[in-house]
Amino acid sequence: MLPRQGSTIAGPMDDLYMFIFWLSVVFFIIIAGQVVWFGMKYRRRGPGEKTPHITHHLNLELAWSIIPLLLCIVLFFWGFDGYMKATVVPGDAMEIQVRAKRWQWEFEYPDGIRALNDLYIPVNKKIRMVMISDDVLHSFWVPEFRVKMDVLPNRYTDVWFESTIPGTYNLTCTEYCGKGHSTMRGSIKVLTPVEYEDFVKEGPPELKNMPLRELGELVYKSRGCESCHSLDGSRRDGPSWKGIFGKTEKFTDGTSAVVDENYIRESLMNPHSKIVATYEAVMPVYKGLLRDREVLGVIEYIKSLK
Amino acid sequence: MADVKTTGAHVHGEAAHHASYLEENKGIMNWLVTYDHKRIGLMYLWSVLLMFLVGGLFALLVRLELLTPGEDLMNAETYNRVFTLHGAIMVFLFIIPAVPASLGNFVLPLMLGAKDVAFPKLNLASYYIYVVGAIMAILSIVLGGVDTGWTFYTPYSTSTAGAVTLMTLSVFVLGFSSIFTGLNFIATIHTLRAPGMSWYNLPLFVWGTYATSVIQVMATPVLGITTVLLVMERVFQVGIFDARLGGDPVLFQHFFWFYSHPAVYIMILPGMAIISELIPTFSKKTIFGYRGIAFSSIAIALVSFLVWAHHMFTSGQSPLTNAIFSFLTFLVAIPSGIKVFNWTATMYRGSISLKTPMLYAMSFLLLFTIGGLTGLFLGTLATDIHLHDTYFVVAHFHYVMMGGTVIAFIGGLFYWWPKMVGRMYSEKGGALSAILVFIGFNATFLPQFIMGSRGMPRRYFTYLDQFQPLHQFSTVGAEILGAGILVAILTLVASLRKKPDAIANPWGGSTLEWEAQSPPVTHNFVGTPVLEHAPYDYRHAKVEG
Ligand code: HEC
Ligand SMILES: [Cu+2]
Ligand SMILES: [Cu+2]
Repeated sequence: MLPRQGSTIAGPMDDLYMFIFWLSVVFFIIIAGQVVWFGMKYRRRGPGEKTPHITHHLNLELAWSIIPLLLCIVLFFWGFDGYMKATVVPGDAMEIQVRAKRWQWEFEYPDGIRALNDLYIPVNKKIRMVMISDDVLHSFWVPEFRVKMDVLPNRYTDVWFESTIPGTYNLTCTEYCGKGHSTMRGSIKVLTPVEYEDFVKEGPPELKNMPLRELGELVYKSRGCESCHSLDGSRRDGPSWKGIFGKTEKFTDGTSAVVDENYIRESLMNPHSKIVATYEAVMPVYKGLLRDREVLGVIEYIKSLK
Repeated sequence: MADVKTTGAHVHGEAAHHASYLEENKGIMNWLVTYDHKRIGLMYLWSVLLMFLVGGLFALLVRLELLTPGEDLMNAETYNRVFTLHGAIMVFLFIIPAVPASLGNFVLPLMLGAKDVAFPKLNLASYYIYVVGAIMAILSIVLGGVDTGWTFYTPYSTSTAGAVTLMTLSVFVLGFSSIFTGLNFIATIHTLRAPGMSWYNLPLFVWGTYATSVIQVMATPVLGITTVLLVMERVFQVGIFDARLGGDPVLFQHFFWFYSHPAVYIMILPGMAIISELIPTFSKKTIFGYRGIAFSSIAIALVSFLVWAHHMFTSGQSPLTNAIFSFLTFLVAIPSGIKVFNWTATMYRGSISLKTPMLYAMSFLLLFTIGGLTGLFLGTLATDIHLHDTYFVVAHFHYVMMGGTVIAFIGGLFYWWPKMVGRMYSEKGGALSAILVFIGFNATFLPQFIMGSRGMPRRYFTYLDQFQPLHQFSTVGAEILGAGILVAILTLVASLRKKPDAIANPWGGSTLEWEAQSPPVTHNFVGTPVLEHAPYDYRHAKVEG
């Protein structure tokens, strides 16, 4: 009935689920059994049958008020306990920022690396998702982890889990958000510690095999370079990348240099050491935010922009 | 049957036939301006049945679209409109008015031994307000449609295109119709009971209707306020719910459920009220635990105001709030449980006649029990986290609303039909419909519990392949269910072509409405009925069918 147990809280929650399930089965059999059995046993055989005049029975009525009440109280405490364990975030959790917008999930790792819809996390590690929405309500649900929390536009909400088995898990949106609601999916890829280290260094496997130039283009589009650098020579907050490779760049301090591989790397890691003339020092520092291969990708990409 | 003395005319036996409310003052104009609660009840009945068919058609469209993942009949935008209309029409135009305004209107004064409701003109006004609201709702379908879901959650509802404002105003208008009916019934029950009819001699249908009316009068104004705020937000951008203007979208959910949870009981209490009539009549046995059933209705009405936030366990509200509302939710479950046990106990050692209304009543007991028990999964905090906003919830509330209220409504309709139109329907057709509905209903909604538990969210246009077999099973079930409903309606309609043949009390009922002729005269009783025995007292029953 329930999906695979992918997190530490799935087990206890399923125990409670199964407890309520069997409790319900017992009560259903008692009630439905009576209805069907009485319906057959006391079926009217002919007109004029007399029936006993039983108006009430205090003890019986007390019994079927109090016993369900006690069971309900048990369910309440059990459920509350499970809920607190599932929702109070342990202190040592790794934090991932989640930005939900119609109809995609954006993740940001502690080191500033961002990802769209696919999240890579290490197994057996507590993860806390800090979530906010860009537009309407959404809800973060990973059925196999048994966690769910609404994502609001005006307030951060959080959810935490510790996955126990490496593998791929579906993330779905469970708060109606319009046309793409049912396709607002993501996947959570739980990696072994070794795989995860690899991931941190080199990025997700599908990027590992991407040609450098394409990777550079992806960085340009997904890391905000696009908002300050044009490709067609037009001026934005930063110089256009069109044809800059090999060009000589003049700086505000009067010096100049040729744009080559080292210059580009330096511009990303330490942009404020040399400011291109007529521009201001607004370029963000990408040191630690871009993986090595991504820097190489940017260089290849800029080279290709003739 | 209750022993009734009437002055002026005899009641039992082959009474001389007096011109009934259907025969007097014929003509469409006389109907449209009638103050007769029976005629208003019938007009309501045809209207809500029409809405039921429209809402049901939308339901079938939803189920057909879900036959396969991806686009079959319609695109995602159309699908979103269709499920919104299914929900909004079924809730606001069908279930809420269905039992009180149609059957209740017809039966309540008769049960009290009254000539009419306390405010007949208000009664007619309530009907026309309903009609206006219904027209507005239909118009909003034509003028752009609504894709917010019946819950109108902000900020989606304040930002999406379409005729949301008109639909919201329609809900506002419909609220008044509901309030007027509630007010009218409260006044009627207080002031127009037959001589000798103390509160503890009221039929349980009246207790249930009373509890319903109290909620209608107390909760519906909150819906009115909420819809007005939503319209102001949409039209003037006031910023109550809009985060960018400093509002809080979750506040809307509090407002909405503050009405809509009690409204769940506006929908189910009348169903329970019907069942409390059907079971003693067809078991020919006094109701077990009269006071337990009566007071549990009142208890439900009161506690129902204190559980609304159980719809919001994952909305980001505090754990303390969640704990309080989870606890109160369990409390409100107890009175419903008491009722179910009392009903089954009533059947014990009865003389049970499996006529159509009783088949529906027994279906109700099974389905409502499933609806109630699956509520435990949702009231329990830890499991609700997993199940919230999934097909599990969809299945749960359909078991309560459709398996409960709608089944009871159809059962009640078969029960009082001879009284309303003076004709007996085909017992075979009735039984066939009951069986088809029971099978179709379970086939539709049982798989949805499994889907929800396994990871299928609600309001999904497309879905993962793994859910396809269950979705298809559910769609086939919905077709059987639709066929069952159709058989029920055809069975009733077919009876209209016969000559009137219903006697005053075809089922051996023990409440006052069965003392009136079938169909009753315009002023209900010939002479004034006086009640001498409590209802459901079969020691005084004469030999009957
Ligand atoms: C907030 C705007 C802004 C963003 C975002 C931005 N840059 Fe820059 N960038 C600048 C400005 C301004 C300059 C010129 C001043 C300087 O050299 O610091 C510049 C200079 C550069 C240069 C040197 C260009 C030359 O003609 O000398 C490179 C290479 C560069 N940025 C790469 C990037 C990459 C890669 C990204 C995205 C990962 C990026 N920038 C994001 C504003 C930005
Ligand atoms: Cu969504
Ligand atoms: Cu509720």
